[in-house]
Amino acid sequence: MAEIALKSLAHSYLPNPTKPGDYAIREMNHVWQQGGAYALLGPSGCGKSTLLNIISGLLEPSSGEVLFDGERVNSLPPEARNIAQVFQFPVVYDTMTVYDNLAFPLRNVKTPEDRVHERVMEVADALELTPHLKRKAKNLSADEKQKVSMGRGLVRDDVSAILFDEPLTVIDPQLKWKLRRKLKEIHQRFEITMVYVTHDQLEASTFADKIAVMYEGQVVQFGTPRELFEAPNHTFVGYFIGSPGMNFIDVSLRNGRVMAGETELHIGREIAKALQDVRTTNVKLGIRPEFIEVHDTAVEGSMAVDVEHVQDLGTYSILYLKLGETSLKARIEEEQDAPVGKAYLRFPNDRVGLYVDEFRVEVPHE
Amino acid sequence: MTDSLIGTPDAVRKHAATTAARRRRKSRSALLKWRRRGLMAAYIVFVLLPIYWLLNMSFQSNTEILGGLTLWPENFTTEHYVKIFTNANWYMGYVNSITYVLMNMVISIAVALPAAYAFSRYQFIGDKHLFFWLLTNLMAPPAVFLLPYFQLYYTVGLFDTHIAVALAHCLFNIPLAVWILEGFMSSVPKEIDETAFIDGYSFPKFFVKIFIPMISSGIGVTLFFLFMFSWVELLLASTLTATNAQPIASVMTQTKGASGIDWGTLAAAGALTILPGIVVVYFVRNHIAKGFALGRT
Amino acid sequence: MNKVQNNRAWWLILPMLLLVAFSAIIPLMTVVNYSVQDVFDANTRFFTGTEWFKEMLNDPALQAAVLRQFAFSLTVLAIEVPLGIGIALIMPKRGWQASAVLILVTMPLLIPWNVVGSIWQIFTRGDIGLMGWSLRELGYGYNITASPVDAWATIILMDVWHWTPLIALLCYSGLRSIPDAYYQAARIDRASQWAVFRHIQLPKLTNVLVIGVLLRFMHSFMIYAEPFVLTGGGPGSSTTFLSQSLTTMAIGQQDLGPSAAFSLIYFLIILLVSWVFYTAIMNMQKDKKQEGA
Repeated sequence: MAEIALKSLAHSYLPNPTKPGDYAIREMNHVWQQGGAYALLGPSGCGKSTLLNIISGLLEPSSGEVLFDGERVNSLPPEARNIAQVFQFPVVYDTMTVYDNLAFPLRNVKTPEDRVHERVMEVADALELTPHLKRKAKNLSADEKQKVSMGRGLVRDDVSAILFDEPLTVIDPQLKWKLRRKLKEIHQRFEITMVYVTHDQLEASTFADKIAVMYEGQVVQFGTPRELFEAPNHTFVGYFIGSPGMNFIDVSLRNGRVMAGETELHIGREIAKALQDVRTTNVKLGIRPEFIEVHDTAVEGSMAVDVEHVQDLGTYSILYLKLGETSLKARIEEEQDAPVGKAYLRFPNDRVGLYVDEFRVEVPHE
Repeated sequence: MTDSLIGTPDAVRKHAATTAARRRRKSRSALLKWRRRGLMAAYIVFVLLPIYWLLNMSFQSNTEILGGLTLWPENFTTEHYVKIFTNANWYMGYVNSITYVLMNMVISIAVALPAAYAFSRYQFIGDKHLFFWLLTNLMAPPAVFLLPYFQLYYTVGLFDTHIAVALAHCLFNIPLAVWILEGFMSSVPKEIDETAFIDGYSFPKFFVKIFIPMISSGIGVTLFFLFMFSWVELLLASTLTATNAQPIASVMTQTKGASGIDWGTLAAAGALTILPGIVVVYFVRNHIAKGFALGRT
Repeated sequence: MNKVQNNRAWWLILPMLLLVAFSAIIPLMTVVNYSVQDVFDANTRFFTGTEWFKEMLNDPALQAAVLRQFAFSLTVLAIEVPLGIGIALIMPKRGWQASAVLILVTMPLLIPWNVVGSIWQIFTRGDIGLMGWSLRELGYGYNITASPVDAWATIILMDVWHWTPLIALLCYSGLRSIPDAYYQAARIDRASQWAVFRHIQLPKLTNVLVIGVLLRFMHSFMIYAEPFVLTGGGPGSSTTFLSQSLTTMAIGQQDLGPSAAFSLIYFLIILLVSWVFYTAIMNMQKDKKQEGA
């Protein structure tokens, strides 16, 4: 079985890359453990499909190593890698029946027919394809086709990982959740490593145990959905995960006080302390809209803000606020009344993150 | 999954196997690549050899041609080309051919565009029969129409004019154009039309401003086929003309004189008929790769 | 696509219809008219009914020409279709080589048909032609004016040279429409090259191949200029195909009645065979629409 490790991996589609922007994948290290359910999350063009194709062997990386169980496989072709891949648009062999489609990868390596039958029946059962086995694959619906292409990976008992490249793009919304649940079920039943590429945070967090967020050719954070939400490693993760994204406030230290433009922030002293050591001007504080406390009247340590707009989303509301020059969003639950005109905010100390040059810096709490 | 679990010693064996497989694969794929290139080159040589031989002849004097086989012109001469370009009888053959081909292309595409649109968008009484009847014209051997055409065009006074040949070639070119264009048009979603009409476009304005640009590569491929079949046809073209609109193809028969065939001039004239084709392919080369399947893959 | 019922569409068809009617229906009427009459001169003619048709169908020379025609068409199809598919598979897919090969391969299609005949006449002559001369130098008594076998082989070779590009380009274009993901999936499934061809490429080619076979059948059945220039139909009548027989009869001998009857029979044969192909295409498109629905 396989643990997939990427060691100082980098890839460029240009023959002579010079600047960082020439790279589709910037130098990175990463490990996918055997049997895990992972998601690779990022906006389009961030390099996630490139990374997937490097793992499956469709692309050879410009530099660095791809290791399966510690063995270098850089130049091994996909057929020798024991990896299956499900593509964005369903790939089925149109002229074959569902049964023959599922049997195809086994017959290609001359597996005895009784063994083929056994495997196909098992996989068809798991994917609920048994009633369709005799149908021509080209008459299937998109979600059934995706199941067939996944099934072609599952029938092989040498496959140790299945890679999914945005597999739900062409599936009807009401079938998406069903197929996603099926994937999860399959993952538990077959104990296979699954890597799932998507740009949809909801898809990623419902499928995966751990999510790798990619941004400009790099994995900027690898963690559980909860870690990504509560402690984003990078401002991009803050923006990208959550709805709405994290608030970021440009701050500077003046006379020992933490300033956002001309407004002083009432905030724990340890932040001010940490700011003393910072040598760059790119300093931000990040706080999730969910974690901002909103009060109608001034409380201790609160800051007065203008309420510009309230968006009622049923079970909760989003407040669009102005703190001096800085725009902020806050989220309040439906039982709390939305303040009018003025409001008073408090930032809980343990919910505020410090970001220096876009990366999170741990602040020791007292 | 369980039966493929491998212990440690197997890992070593597997490593050896994969490296061996890698080596085999590399050498095999290189071999395949070179076999591919070799076969392609062989086919290109097969295509080019007869054409090269034609060019070779066209640059030799008739004495050299008949004096013995030479693989390239030893006494390089352009006398045959000079003869063609200085003799109105010869070069007018090219002008005539190109004239009726262009006329035919304009007529065919002009009437085929609306017709193909109707077939791809509407259902009307007799549409299927009409379409099938159109295609049958594609299957009519020109030889069948030889005599009736001659009599028809003679009667209406169009004999020996460019338009006569252009109209005669409509017999197979219009059905072909309708058929190809219908394929391309059907792949454009109908919602485009509906949106345009809702936006207040009149039909002619929509057709010219929106629809035609959307199927431009289809039109390119259609024009290529129209050119091809009109340019290469000889039987009708030479029967319907005498002197004024004589196509180059029938001027070439004049090389057969009392003293035998004027091989050099025949070769030079033939070589010149290949040129317009190359120019046309060059312009549509990028459309050919995708559009040659006529929107029907 | 569900089409709108609209009979005003006839107005869009009308110009096309008038033109095609002028160049197809009127001449065809003339042919039908001649086929049932015996014409002596402009004023003397007799109605003959189906007599010319009977005569033509029983003419051994024409029966032989029909068989010859079928033999020729089937032979060139049997060679050109597989060869064309093969060429399409090995044509380069991108870069300047792709453009260059495309232009070179297309070239024979755009040469006037009688010039194709001339090119091969020059190329195969025993005294001045590279091929004819080489074969003789190699000790083979190659002679297309004396040996029917040589004449046949040469005409078929010429047709393969002339028309294989059509099949190749159709297939090339069909292959280009296969998304990369199919090839990638096949590699991951460890499919052999043959399996890729059989299960991915060939299914995608069926539509274009039907078109290709239809076009090739029609044109090979109507072939005239190329063999006329190259062999003149000889030696004897061994390479005289239907169009040439017809032209000789109609223009050369001015046998209006019999040649008209012959024309109709000729046309009907092509129609019949093509109809089979046409039905096949329509069925295939029906399948495709169902799949899209």
